[in-house]
Amino acid sequence: MTEYPRPAEGSWPPMEAPGYGSTRKRHALHPPVRIPHTLTETSAPKFTPAAYPAHADMSVHEGQAAMGERIIVGGRVLDEDGRPVRGAMLEIWQANAAGRYHHIRDRHDAPLDPHFAGSARVFSDEEGRWQVTTIKPGAYPWGNHPKAWRPVHIHFGLHGHGFAQRMITQMYFPGDPLLPLDPVFMATPDAAARERLIAKFDLDYAVQDWALGYRFDIVLRGRNATPMDDKH
Amino acid sequence: MTTTASQTAGPYWHIIDHPEWADLLRDQGDAPGERITVTGQLTDGDGAPCGDAMVEIWQAGADGAHDAGFHGFGRCATDDRGRFNFRSIKPGPVPGPGNSLQAPHITLAIFARGLMNHVTTRLYFFGEPHNQADPILALVPESRRPTMLARETAPGIWSLDIRLQGEGETVFLDI
Repeated sequence: MTEYPRPAEGSWPPMEAPGYGSTRKRHALHPPVRIPHTLTETSAPKFTPAAYPAHADMSVHEGQAAMGERIIVGGRVLDEDGRPVRGAMLEIWQANAAGRYHHIRDRHDAPLDPHFAGSARVFSDEEGRWQVTTIKPGAYPWGNHPKAWRPVHIHFGLHGHGFAQRMITQMYFPGDPLLPLDPVFMATPDAAARERLIAKFDLDYAVQDWALGYRFDIVLRGRNATPMDDKH
Repeated sequence: MTTTASQTAGPYWHIIDHPEWADLLRDQGDAPGERITVTGQLTDGDGAPCGDAMVEIWQAGADGAHDAGFHGFGRCATDDRGRFNFRSIKPGPVPGPGNSLQAPHITLAIFARGLMNHVTTRLYFFGEPHNQADPILALVPESRRPTMLARETAPGIWSLDIRLQGEGETVFLDI
């Protein structure tokens, strides 16, 4: 049996973030009604590569290499006890190296790359590990405030073992000068929680003469309520 | 360890959209149960349609079990009018806490630009006798329960509008 504690105070952003204009008319005014977890919340859809095929390489599209700095991004999906979450499905999407999404509503005056579609789907293994190959995305302007640019980021959607674990987040890059100016990133009150959204530059994920590497570990809600068998 | 913070899905999440996922019967057309369409409109605090949202559903099969036979997951992008549309089967009652029984319901998770974390609610079926004893509906103030009760607007067509903020605001659940 697994339990899903609520996120610690300050470790998640509030629904109303005054610096981020789109929250103004979209955050609920009533507090959410707290409910006990039932089978509906502790179960989750079974996602398998058979029904939801994995594709881990965004750096090549239709046989042609995308423009930009090739990187490998990988990490582990863990629960709050640090145990691996196996078989989690990760949906990943991002802008291209010029900061343009392959999306009809993205009007940013930056070039599209015909060899970059910008999505991946992977599953965590027995150790909770996952990895994708991609292109480092570019920053891009948005209309939130004067000279607003989103810091470089990659979107991650996570499907774990309970619907209560379902979440979407964004991974940022170390040393980005846009981070302290970004109302989405800065909305999370706890500085340590914000820091955990920033990937670590990690040569262990790099491949000689081919790609640099970044590590991004993701912790989903949940802890194992019953101790694992002690083998000692 | 502390959970990774949620961040908004933003306006460009359609890069991972698969419109066929809104049809839960696409690969399981022989699943037992009553065929239904679940539809509605998503609006913001001004009553304006939210045309860039992702609506996900999670439900039991007609037997009340989650993902035992019926794969009860779906996803639908709202259209320009904020509308979503799923084809599915009506779920059966689901065991609840203790010896209780939950009325047939579908969980909805809504992700969008401007939502820092997704919001979650449940769709119940108006007129369903089990609603009276549902342990989750019982936690919701009676005056606001109608925001969780879908109406059958035509045979098999169940409609529930979602209001993110303001008048008639949907009851969202802290799960």
